[in-house]
Amino acid sequence: MIEFIQGYYAYIFLAATFTIGLYGMMMKQNLMKKVLGMSVVAACTILFWIVSAYKDGAGVTVLDKRYGVENPELYLNPLPHTLMLTAIVVAVVTLGVALALLIGIYREFKTLDEPTLLERMK
Amino acid sequence: MISSQAPVLIPITFLFAAMLIPLVGAVHRAAAHLTAVLGSALALYFSVVGMQATLAQGRISYHIAGWMPPIGIEFVLDPLSAFICALLCGITFIVMVFGKRSVEYEIPQKEIAFYSLSMLLLGGLAGMVMTGDLFNLYVFLEIGALAGYALVAIGDKRAVVSAFRYLVMGTVGATFYLLGVALIFISTGTLNMADIAQLMPLVHDSPAVIVGLVLIVLGTALKMALFPMHAWLPDAYTHASTTATALIAPIGTKVSAYVLFRVLFFVVDPDHLRTEMLNLLQVIGYLGAAGIIWGSIMAICQSELKRMLAYSSVAQVGYIAVGIALASPLGFIGAILHALNHAVMKCCLFLVSGNMRMRLGHSSIPQMNNGLRKSMPWTSAAFTLAAISMIGLPPTAGFFGKWYLALGAIEQSHWIFLTALLISTILNVAYFFRVMERMYLKPQEPGAVDYSEQTVARNEAPASMLIPTLFLAISLLVLGFANAWIVSNLIVPMIPGWL
Repeated sequence: MIEFIQGYYAYIFLAATFTIGLYGMMMKQNLMKKVLGMSVVAACTILFWIVSAYKDGAGVTVLDKRYGVENPELYLNPLPHTLMLTAIVVAVVTLGVALALLIGIYREFKTLDEPTLLERMK
Repeated sequence: MISSQAPVLIPITFLFAAMLIPLVGAVHRAAAHLTAVLGSALALYFSVVGMQATLAQGRISYHIAGWMPPIGIEFVLDPLSAFICALLCGITFIVMVFGKRSVEYEIPQKEIAFYSLSMLLLGGLAGMVMTGDLFNLYVFLEIGALAGYALVAIGDKRAVVSAFRYLVMGTVGATFYLLGVALIFISTGTLNMADIAQLMPLVHDSPAVIVGLVLIVLGTALKMALFPMHAWLPDAYTHASTTATALIAPIGTKVSAYVLFRVLFFVVDPDHLRTEMLNLLQVIGYLGAAGIIWGSIMAICQSELKRMLAYSSVAQVGYIAVGIALASPLGFIGAILHALNHAVMKCCLFLVSGNMRMRLGHSSIPQMNNGLRKSMPWTSAAFTLAAISMIGLPPTAGFFGKWYLALGAIEQSHWIFLTALLISTILNVAYFFRVMERMYLKPQEPGAVDYSEQTVARNEAPASMLIPTLFLAISLLVLGFANAWIVSNLIVPMIPGWL
């Protein structure tokens, strides 16, 4: 059990944070908090990719004269990190669009609280 | 020459048009619409050329910047993606022609943003269809989705709220998809779909792959509004402008369904799908069947035409899910044929609701009466034809998709699916005849004594809106008569060999 936790503690942490983010998105009544939960979920997904590429004792993916190319296990796989650059951009853009929509909602209905909003939309 | 570049030319055309429209619009306002029409016409031309080439010589693969597939990004045009791509380019072209007057009327002063965003949406969707790379698919999915949120937000007063709800649900779907791709990448070490399909037999027992597939299916199901995950759809469709709905409703959910097809039938190991993953397929099928019934019942309860059509979309996505769950050639044919038919008829119905909003100022069902038939005879006729097709009466296209699905359900003795299909047909009759009864039979208010033709002025929608509507309505008949040709020439080549 202890070995399992030690081996996978990053994944356990990410699963817990992901659940907290989903909880915020589904249960919170303030729309701003929903957006925060969404941001947490997106960050967890990005971290999941990066953790999956981590290797104990490996360095960055730049050719090092001391190690040469004979031992690939001394280098990290760069692909997940590069892909996550794109995913971070996408997450930031989504956050921006969400905030813009929130501004629109606030201008129209003067509230960000969901029950009040539903009340005023009738 | 063009045909070998077609896979990449189609999304590029849309993305280029999206960038060109604000520039052109700044010089001359009316040119924005023209650019959108020309852009979609060009994309339609490329997709038709690509489809012909695919049918003649098989799979066309384009390697971005010359990097070979397992490492580089690959764009693929095979019979399935070529068909879906031609469908979405065709619908876009018609909706763009329709859009001019409707956009001017419903969302004045926002035309340039609207056309630019709609091209961006199509660029994302076309990219999703073409790409052969799971991560690239995620990027295009988000491009299309972000444009979709903005398109929904440009609507009436409540549109912002429904766009926000759409955004929250859509982001959850995309995140689940990305997590699923991560798990598959961890297990196989590649993102290329063809490569994963080859490696899948080696790793299909690993829990990571199974969880990854379930997450991908979950994310895609959220995007395609499969039954319990459909909550964003009715609001988003109702409050968006007619043209935006006519773009998103027929195409958006179909492309997500296409991703499901692609992943389940072309990436997952076939033997594995037949045995262990069958449970996943069954779940998709039962959710689809539940969605068929639930969407139809909810559609009966609505008093607004657009909202009714939105709930009916939830039901129609269920048909495609049932076709996927059957996992047999007949189910495959039924699902693809239904995707085609539903795109055409739902687009036609939304255009009809746009025509009504333009001339009557509303599309509320309780306020309709037989004045509608006299003032807008052609629009009413188009509605009737599309409604008959939605119900699934034989000469129209809608019948044949349901027919293949029913045959597939009988072949495998899935009586629950067959029952759901039959019940939903009766429910469809209920909610479409309710509208048609008001449109053709219900007399006008008693105040108007004279019901003769003279009392109601002929007030048909302008030609630029009426012709696309009628074209779609007539093409339903054409598709219905040509269904045998479509199935044997276009759909049979795309069925994977093991099915």
